[in-house]
Amino acid sequence: MSSTIDPRLLRAPPKKGLRLSWADERFRAIVWQVLIVSAIVFVIWWLVRNTQHNLEVRRIATGFGFLGREAGLPIGESLISYTPRDTYLRALTVGVLNTLNVAVVGVVLATIFGTVIGIARLSKNWLVGRIATIYVEVIRDVPLLLQLLFWYTILQSLPGPRQAINPATGVFLSNRGLKLPFFHWESAHTAAFGAFVIGCVALWFVAKQLRAKQYADGQPRALWPWALGLLLGLPIAVWLVLGAPFTTDIPALRGFNFSGGLNVSPEYFALLIGLVTYTAGFIAEIVRAGILAVHQGQWEAAQALGLHRGQVLNRIVLPQALRVIVPPMTSQFLNLTKNSSLAVAIGYQDIVSIANTTLNQTGQAIEGIAIIMGVYLTISLSISLFMNWYNARITLVER
Amino acid sequence: MPLRHLSKAVGAAVLLGGLALSAPVQAQTPTSMLDTIRSRGNLICGVNTGLAGFAQPDSQGVWRGFDVDYCRAIAAAILGDGTKVRYVPLTAQSRFTALQSGEVDVLVRNTTWTLSRDTSLGFDFAGITFYDGQGFMVKASLGLTSARELNGATICVQPGTTTEQNLTDWARSNRIEFRPVVIERIEEVVGAYTSNRCDAYTTDVSGLAATRAVQPRPADHVILPDVISKEPLGPLVRHGDQRFADIVRWTHFALLGAEEFGLTAANVDQAAASDPRPEVQRMLGKNGELGQMLGLQPNWVVSVLKTTGNYGEVFARNLTPIGIQRGPNALWTTPGGLQYSPPFR
Repeated sequence: MSSTIDPRLLRAPPKKGLRLSWADERFRAIVWQVLIVSAIVFVIWWLVRNTQHNLEVRRIATGFGFLGREAGLPIGESLISYTPRDTYLRALTVGVLNTLNVAVVGVVLATIFGTVIGIARLSKNWLVGRIATIYVEVIRDVPLLLQLLFWYTILQSLPGPRQAINPATGVFLSNRGLKLPFFHWESAHTAAFGAFVIGCVALWFVAKQLRAKQYADGQPRALWPWALGLLLGLPIAVWLVLGAPFTTDIPALRGFNFSGGLNVSPEYFALLIGLVTYTAGFIAEIVRAGILAVHQGQWEAAQALGLHRGQVLNRIVLPQALRVIVPPMTSQFLNLTKNSSLAVAIGYQDIVSIANTTLNQTGQAIEGIAIIMGVYLTISLSISLFMNWYNARITLVER
Repeated sequence: MPLRHLSKAVGAAVLLGGLALSAPVQAQTPTSMLDTIRSRGNLICGVNTGLAGFAQPDSQGVWRGFDVDYCRAIAAAILGDGTKVRYVPLTAQSRFTALQSGEVDVLVRNTTWTLSRDTSLGFDFAGITFYDGQGFMVKASLGLTSARELNGATICVQPGTTTEQNLTDWARSNRIEFRPVVIERIEEVVGAYTSNRCDAYTTDVSGLAATRAVQPRPADHVILPDVISKEPLGPLVRHGDQRFADIVRWTHFALLGAEEFGLTAANVDQAAASDPRPEVQRMLGKNGELGQMLGLQPNWVVSVLKTTGNYGEVFARNLTPIGIQRGPNALWTTPGGLQYSPPFR
């Protein structure tokens, strides 16, 4: 074989020396790069130096030392224990968790709700299709801030705690929020939750095994008995073994407010509804586009193979539609997360609200803004990374 | 771009950057606020976004209120014309950044004088124009008589103010548990209180009175007698321009001094011409060089008084109608009064 290759093709190109001349392409490239990089370095240096100088002149304190100081700011709702005696660092952590709380729940609900609306818009039923169309068009055209204020005003116009709507025992709906009965959380419940997480992981392995077996002998196997056992049976078994503790915690009106039970505050609820309904409008369109992007012939071909409708959707259409849906969906998830900062307007204390108060009390605006930016950057990059990973996983393997 | 070239380029750039770093920074010569305001032709004044009695635009869009009158008085002292003011409405959270960054010349926005604001925020307080204290307002229908009965209540509060910290301090020392609802804009936080989202609304007593006055039925709301903090309110400027700080401070004292000597918007011209008292003569620029010492016109106090009237007139025009008594804000010559001006000498 080697004899057929022209020896001239194997020769290395002659090594060119670097000439200090404008005519030399490499020299020109180096000069431009040096100029551009030094210009950028200079601008950054100038900005930093200028800021430092001005902060000094105005005697404004700098640094992150304030994080260890006592915050003294009240926070209405918190996922971890917090008192105003805690530090700014803890207060900011509460803010991050509040942001994550609304973002994660919002993303899940908006995806479900948006998918339903998107499919409804494709429905052959005239009324269902029209309602979905009107929903999407109206929701997309009204600014989100306005929608949030609208929801918050609606929730505020609910009756007071003494006249609370009481549809079922222990359920109270008032302008102080939604109160739900719950039970006292004990260590057995934590263990049961741990078992549930283990069950999820185990289920993933089982599903993999079953698929491998199906590839080997062609026989489909049902996953649902496994799912039932691992996700429901295992946690219940653990809970029973640990003595099955269960004490109800029913909310009751004491003094000014309800105490006990689970509380969903009007601020959180308004923000969640606003974000979910708004983002769902966009997600619906993405889902519709994804489904329409799969050619009709794919449906027909799959049906011709004898697959039933559910299988066609699950195995043929959805995998192809997802390739169209996932990339724009990432943008919507990022939008929802960032839009959650509008919480400031309706008094939900997210990271922006708490960092704003912090920078106001300490006067350290640059540090405060840097914290807010850092938090959003971290959350957004995490979402992007996950979605890019998922996108890479579902891409069509082309040969 | 081949990578090895890039690394060379970065090396060279770092070298250049190092050189630039070692070069001395051009010292900025701070121009005086007084010159800036004179050449610009107006004073930029940071005020509340809307608090009856202190700063609120009227139906014609003209800003009115106690704080607004201080803006007008300072403009009259510097420029001789109290209308040459540009008002910048600021929320509790945006006010300090606006002053630090130079967006406003002076902040007259119900701001409490505290040590940390005076030092680490880089400000100078020019005096106490209003002695205030924090209180609670509740609905009359609750039948409360003291703030100590608020255990377990939901309390509406604005963030980023001393109010928020006073509330937690007070709750801690009185072993009171409360649920906060923290909303930034005053309209929204008052809305949350009136729609019964909160049992109580807390802020400075003057602010409570202002809010109560504009409710459809003020009698439905009660301001509880407990005052849980000292809130000395006053105008503040950026640290570093002492002359401008002096002007703001002495404008306040001129308003107090004028009330003490009985000078009003109506009689100041006549007093300047014929009042025989030496200190009045010095104040109004007939004698001595007090105006020049501040870098102002000799008759600056005359301009101020013709614009706003004396402290008592400012108070009577803005705060008396919303039901705020003089109380500690009476002159020191009245029993219980704290307002006191150093001599004009």
